[in-house]
Amino acid sequence: MLGKLNWSAIPIDQPIPMITSAVVALAILGILAWVVVKGHMPYLWEEWITSVDHKRIGVMYILLAAVMLLRGFADAIMMRGQQAVAFHSQGYLPPEHFNQIFSAHGTIMIFFVAMPFVIGLMNLVVPLQLGVRDVAFPTLNSVGFWLTATGALLVNISLVIGEFARTGWLPYPPLSELTYSPGVGVDYYLWSLEISGVGTLVAGINLVTTVLKLRTRGMTLLRMPMFCWTTLASNLLIVAAFPILTATLAMLILDRYFGFHFFTNEAGGNMMMFMNLIWAWGHPEVYILILPAFGVFSEVVSTFSGKPLFGYRSMVLATMAICVISFMVWLHHFFTMGAGPDVNAIFGIASMIIAVPTGVKIYNWLFTMYGGRVRFATPMLWSIGFMVTFIIGGLTGVLVAVPPADFLLHNSLFLVAHFHNVIIGGVLFGAFAGYTYWFPKAFGFRLHEGFGKAAFWFWLIGFYVAFMPLYAVGMLGMTRRMQHYDVPEWRPWLMLAAFGAVLILIGIVFQILQLVVSIRHRDELCDRTGDPWHGRSLEWATASPPPVFNFAIPPDVRGEGAYWAMKTHAQRQDLEKHEPEYEDIEMPRNSPTGFVCAFFATVMGFALIWHIWWMVAAGLVGAFATFVAFAWRDHDEYVIPAAEVARIDRANLAERRALLGAAGSS
Amino acid sequence: MTKGHQQVDHNIDIAPGDEHLEGGGISQRVLGYLIGLGLAILLTATSFFIAGTDLFWQPSIPVALVVLAIAQMGVHLVFFLHITAGADNTNNILALAFGVLIVMLVIGGSLWIMANLNHNMMPMDQLMQIQR
Amino acid sequence: MADQTMAYADGDPHHVRGALEHSGPASKRIVTGYGFWIFILSDMVMFSAFFATYAVLLGQTAGGPRGGQLFDLPNVAIETGFLLASSFTCGLATIAADARNKFWFQIAMTVTCLLGLAFLTIEGREFASLVARGAGPTRSAFLSAFFTLVGCHGLHVSGGILWLLTMMAQVFAKGFRADIQRRILCFALFWHALDIIWIAVFTVVYLLGSAA
Repeated sequence: MLGKLNWSAIPIDQPIPMITSAVVALAILGILAWVVVKGHMPYLWEEWITSVDHKRIGVMYILLAAVMLLRGFADAIMMRGQQAVAFHSQGYLPPEHFNQIFSAHGTIMIFFVAMPFVIGLMNLVVPLQLGVRDVAFPTLNSVGFWLTATGALLVNISLVIGEFARTGWLPYPPLSELTYSPGVGVDYYLWSLEISGVGTLVAGINLVTTVLKLRTRGMTLLRMPMFCWTTLASNLLIVAAFPILTATLAMLILDRYFGFHFFTNEAGGNMMMFMNLIWAWGHPEVYILILPAFGVFSEVVSTFSGKPLFGYRSMVLATMAICVISFMVWLHHFFTMGAGPDVNAIFGIASMIIAVPTGVKIYNWLFTMYGGRVRFATPMLWSIGFMVTFIIGGLTGVLVAVPPADFLLHNSLFLVAHFHNVIIGGVLFGAFAGYTYWFPKAFGFRLHEGFGKAAFWFWLIGFYVAFMPLYAVGMLGMTRRMQHYDVPEWRPWLMLAAFGAVLILIGIVFQILQLVVSIRHRDELCDRTGDPWHGRSLEWATASPPPVFNFAIPPDVRGEGAYWAMKTHAQRQDLEKHEPEYEDIEMPRNSPTGFVCAFFATVMGFALIWHIWWMVAAGLVGAFATFVAFAWRDHDEYVIPAAEVARIDRANLAERRALLGAAGSS
Repeated sequence: MTKGHQQVDHNIDIAPGDEHLEGGGISQRVLGYLIGLGLAILLTATSFFIAGTDLFWQPSIPVALVVLAIAQMGVHLVFFLHITAGADNTNNILALAFGVLIVMLVIGGSLWIMANLNHNMMPMDQLMQIQR
Repeated sequence: MADQTMAYADGDPHHVRGALEHSGPASKRIVTGYGFWIFILSDMVMFSAFFATYAVLLGQTAGGPRGGQLFDLPNVAIETGFLLASSFTCGLATIAADARNKFWFQIAMTVTCLLGLAFLTIEGREFASLVARGAGPTRSAFLSAFFTLVGCHGLHVSGGILWLLTMMAQVFAKGFRADIQRRILCFALFWHALDIIWIAVFTVVYLLGSAA
C-alpha cells in the first residue's frame, strides 16, 4: 500500500534533523495559523498563489531563494564547524550525516538558491525593461515557479522522512547506483531535480520567447538594456542544457528502478558517460547563473555612475560569445578521468579562451565608472565587491584550466575555494545587488542603507576570511568533503574558515534586520517617483510598485537608455503635459493551474521516491486533468477599462511631473 | 492581436509551422504536403534499400545513409514544418541553427571524449580480471 | 515627428540611421508558435543525449546479442511508413483547421491517431518479442541504451496521441477558437518533429545498427 514507506523512515534517533524540522514545522504552522486567523488567506490565494503576474511570480521566486539560502547556509556553517573541531576526532556529525549535509548544501545552493534568485530577478525586471505588460506565457510562468517550489519541498521533506543523498551534489555512479546507495536519498535528489528541472525549462522557454518576440515599439535588439541581453543568453543556455540534465538523471533513474546498465559496473555500463553528460549540462549551468548577474552589474554600474554602459556592443558580443563557448569546455571538470593529452589540451585552451569575453566585461564596467559621478549606494558596493572578488576567482579558474595544474588541484579544497569564489563573489553578490536595486521597484520603498552596507561588509570580509584559507589548505593537500582529518597544519586554516562563516552569518542577520527595519519604516523609505536611483531603462518609467498592466501606454523607444532619453527630452520640451489617450487593457486572468499542478507533482514525486505506484498514477492523472481543465476555460483574459487605467496613470504622472520639475529647477 | 492567423500582422515574421498564404488555396497546400510525402517515401525507401543490399561498395553505405537521413530531415522541415529560407523565417531558422549546433556539440563532443577515454582506459572486464 | 526622433536620438551614442524599426510585440500566434518551437529544440537536445549514449554504448553488449542479430528491418519499414503517413494526415488536419472545416479536421485527426497507434503497436510487439527472447533492457548496456532511445520516442508518440485526442475533443466542444487554433499549430509542430526524430532513429539505430 505505501511501498517502501514505514515508520523507520523517520530518523527519531538523530537529534539535529528532528529538532530542526520540528522548529521549522512549528514556524510554518504558526505562520499558517496567523494567516488564517487574520483572514489573509483569500488575499494570499488571489493575489499571490494563483497570480500569473510576472512581478508577483518574480517576488515569489526570490522569496523561495531567500528561504532556501537560510537552509543551505545552515548546512554550510555545520560543515565548517565540523571541520574546525574534527581534528583527531569524529567531531559532532557522524559520517553518514556529514555526507548528506554536503550533498544537500550543494544541491540546494545551486538549484534552489542561485537558480530561483536569478530567474526571479529576470521575471521581475525583463518585461518592465522591454516595455511590455507580461511575459510570453503567464500561466506557464506560474507553473514553472510552483514546480521549482515542489523540488525544494521534496529536498526538505527528505530531512524528516527518509534521508538525502550522500553522494555529493552530483551523484556520480557507481556510488549513486542501487548497489552502493540502496536508500531513498539519491531518489529524493533525482526526482526533486527532474521536477524542478521541468520548471526551469518552462521558465527558460518563456523568457527566451519574451525577449525575442515581445518588445515594445522601437525596442530593437540593440536598444535592449544589457540585463535583457544576458537574460536572453542565460535562458538560451537553460533551453539547451537542462534537457541534457533531464536525460542524464533519467538514465540513472532507469538504472536504479529497472536494473538498466547505463552507468553500472556490470554488463558493459560506463560510468564515465555520466560524468561526461552531467558536465555537458553542468558547465553551461554556471554560465546560466553568472550571466544574469553580469546583467545586474551592467545596470547597476551604469546607473550609479550616471553614464551609459561603456562598450555596449562589445558587451553584447561578449555575452553571446560566452553563451556559445560555454558549451565547448565541459571536459575541464574531469581532466583527471584519463582522456589523452590532445583532448585535455583542447578543452583546457577553450576554458582559457572563455575568460577573454569575461575580461572584456570587467574592463567595460571599469571604463563605465571611469569619469563618472559614482554614487556608493549598496547595490554599487556589491558590484565593486564583485569586481575585486570575481577577478581573484577567475584567475584561480584559469589556473585550474591548465590540465597539469588541475591534476594537482583536482578535488582539493583549492577547487572548493575557486568555485565558491566565483559563485558567491559573482552570482550571489549579483543577486544581492539586484535585490537591493530593484526592491523599491517591486514594493514602492527602498531598503535601509545602513543595514545594507553593514550586511555587505560582513559578507565581503566574511567571504575572504572563510574561503582564502581554503585555497591555502587546498595547496597543503586537503581534499574536499572530509569528515575528519589528522594533519595538524590544516587545523588553523579550518578554524579561521569557520570564523569566516560566522562573519557571513552576521551579514545574513543584518540582511534580515534590513528587511524588517525597512518594512517598519516603509513610509520614510517610500519611493513616490518610481525612479529612486535616477535610472536609465524603462522599468523606472512606471510607478513603484508598477500597476498590474505595467504601462498604461506602451512606451515608444527611440534609442538606448530609453527612459533616460525620455527624461531629458521631457525636461527640455515639457512634453508630458498633454493627456495620453487611454484604452482598455486586456490582462491574463489568474489561474490556480500552477499551484494545483505542482501539488500533483509533489504527490507524484513523493510516491515515486517511496515506490507507491497507485499514488504515482493518481498524481499523473491529476496533473493531466489540471491542464485539460485549464485548456477548457472560455475566458482567459479580463479587461481593465480605460477609465480605471487613466485614474491609475494620472496619479503616477502627477508624481513624476513633480520629480521632473524638481530635477529641472535644481 | 489577431484572431485567426490568416491575417499576418508582421510582414517580417511568421510562426513556425505556418505557411505563406499568398494566392495558395487548399488544393495547393495539399499538393505541397503530397510532394513532401512523395520525396520522403522516396528517400526512406532508398535508405532501406541500400542498407539491405550488397550492390554497392560496402564502406560507402553508412555515409550514404547519413546523407539520405539529413536530406529527408530537410524535406520534412520544408514541406511539413514550412521552415524556409524566407526573411519571415529568420528567427525560426536562427533558433533551429542554435539547436543543431548544441546537438552537434553534445553528440560529437561526447563521442570524441568517450572514444579517447576508452582508448586510454583498460576495458572494464580485463580490469576486473586483474583485480581478481 | 522628425524633430522628435532627432531629439530622442541625441541620447543614443550608437544610433544607426536607417536601422530597421521594431514595430512592437508579435501576435499571439507567432509568440505561441515560437515558444513551442524553442521547446521542440530543447527536446531535440534531450534526444541528442540519448543518441550520444547509444552511440557510446553500442559495442557494450556484455556477450549478449548485437543489433544486427535482433532487428527486423521489414518490420521497421512498415513502422516508418505508418509514422510518415500520419505526418501527412496531420498536415491535412492543419489545412482543415485553417479552413475551419470540422468534419475533415476530425477525419484527418482520427486517421492520424490510428496510424500513430499502429506505429506504437508494432513497436510494442517488437519490444515484447525482444524481452521474450532474453534481450530485454537489463541484458546489456547496449540494450539499455536501445530501449531507452527508442522507448523515449515511443513515449513522445504516446503523449502526442493523448494530446491529439484532447485536441479532437476541444474542437468538438468549442470549435476553432483562436487559442485552440494555436494549440493545433503546436500539436502539428510536435507531431512533425517526432517524425524527424524517427528519421534519425531508424537511420542510426536500425539501418546502421543492422550493418554493425
